Amino acid sequence: MIKLIGILIIIVGFILKIDTIAVVILAGLITGLVAGIPFNDIITTLGSAFVTNRYMSIFIISLPVIGLLERYGLKERAAYLIGKIKAATVGRITSLYLIIRTLCAMFGLRIGGHVQFIRPLILPMAQGAANNRYGEVDEKDEQTIKGLEGAVENYGNFFGQNVFIAAGGVLLIVGVMQEQGYTVEAIDIAKASIPIALIIMIVGTLQFLYFDKKFDKKYKTVKVQEDINVKE
Amino acid sequence: MLKDSLTELLYVCCGLVCFYSVYKTLKDKEHPSKWPTALFWGIFGFIFAFSRIGLIWGNDQIKINDTVIGYLILVMAILSAFKLVKINKFSESTDEFKNTMSQKIGNMIFVPALALAIIAFLVAQFWTEQLGSLVALGIATVIALILALIITKGKFSDSAEDGRRLLELIGPLCILPQLLAALGSVFSTAGVGEVIANGISAVIPQGNILLGVIAYCVGMALFTMIMGNAFAAFAVITIGIGIPFVISQGANPVIASALALTAGYCGTLMTPMAANFNIVPTAILDIEDKKYGLIKYQVPVAITMLIIHIILMYVWAF
Repeated sequence: MIKLIGILIIIVGFILKIDTIAVVILAGLITGLVAGIPFNDIITTLGSAFVTNRYMSIFIISLPVIGLLERYGLKERAAYLIGKIKAATVGRITSLYLIIRTLCAMFGLRIGGHVQFIRPLILPMAQGAANNRYGEVDEKDEQTIKGLEGAVENYGNFFGQNVFIAAGGVLLIVGVMQEQGYTVEAIDIAKASIPIALIIMIVGTLQFLYFDKKFDKKYKTVKVQEDINVKE
Repeated sequence: MLKDSLTELLYVCCGLVCFYSVYKTLKDKEHPSKWPTALFWGIFGFIFAFSRIGLIWGNDQIKINDTVIGYLILVMAILSAFKLVKINKFSESTDEFKNTMSQKIGNMIFVPALALAIIAFLVAQFWTEQLGSLVALGIATVIALILALIITKGKFSDSAEDGRRLLELIGPLCILPQLLAALGSVFSTAGVGEVIANGISAVIPQGNILLGVIAYCVGMALFTMIMGNAFAAFAVITIGIGIPFVISQGANPVIASALALTAGYCGTLMTPMAANFNIVPTAILDIEDKKYGLIKYQVPVAITMLIIHIILMYVWAF
């Protein structure tokens, strides 16, 4: 039971809003110590895992390109283009991206990414659509749009990927099950993952269209209110 | 192997972006926290570039000792914990400049952005074995950068400045995904998973299929939330709960195991521990709430999906 102390530290740390990095390091060190691992070995495990997982930060390499394009008005242009499509709304653009992203993941097509797609292309389109439809949106809704565009990438990526037979998750399942004496085929795992891939497209779309409704309502009322004020 | 050398070369490039931050920080006379900030980015760049430097020419013996890296990480953590890593001003373009340029360059501005995405995809697709998706992103970046410099007629130093600006805005958070992965590996070595699986299996009664299914799906989600990684949860929870309480009671092992992993992904959507999916994007997208900026929108969807998983496994696997 005492080994769970690390989890407790993390939960308490998150609730008290203590610096995340400090909490994580502390949780690791204490968990290792109570499990009887020598301090130097914990540090070595930490170092080794950190190095192996450098790939998680590989996006750093594409920051100079994105930054340069933004300096020369990439976002402004994307917003301008989407502004010309009158039917575009935040919800519709996001839903369309969800469907494309999930389908791509299902076929193992590596399309997507917060750095490659969302920040330079999808987010400016959604912002352009919002500004076009509602005029200026307030800061709170600006944050909401950003949050939704961040979320859509995760939805499509997570629930679509296992339909592809060479996906890491599928291979993991096959490996673990085989070790436990169950012979499962990658293709069957992939097939069994289809319903969830379809369901996320529906559930996600419902969420995005719900926010369309919410924005419509909020800004329509504001507009009507303004019209009344003008008349008065 | 070509893939390993190129991947390592890519890490060196990431290191260079960090080193540029160090250089600019040290040159900045008005920086509020000059030395600690430079030290932080210097260590991060050093680990990126040199930890496995020998792999570039295929020699895995030339590397920095993992224990040394571990202590360097401690130093970074301390700098971050005491809020010593700070940002100062960057050279940025004005909104007016952006608007004028976006009119002038027109839709050509999309060419490098699309090239980045499409080339990364094509290379990853056709040379998965030889190069892998990391190298693909690296190749795409180089081509996109060249295209961007030609089309915008911008300066290379501008793009270096922009790279370090985005990196420093993300700040110390950018080490979090790697740090959490490292924490996961300490947890595994310490045997935290077994304790949890034993705990859950002690509470659920044998023979109740519905409770077994709920325990398997919720267990996957919860343990994924703790570890920040569904892969790490899968083996532990499947062996501890899935097999004794679901599969050995007659569930189809294919359907049950496939659904269990995506049930784990519901947990990924709800945890700040999955920093590369939930925390780093808040920095990339410039969201104020760095911890829950994405998570608060993902939670309703994740819970809906988790309930659907439970129903689907109960109805379809038996």
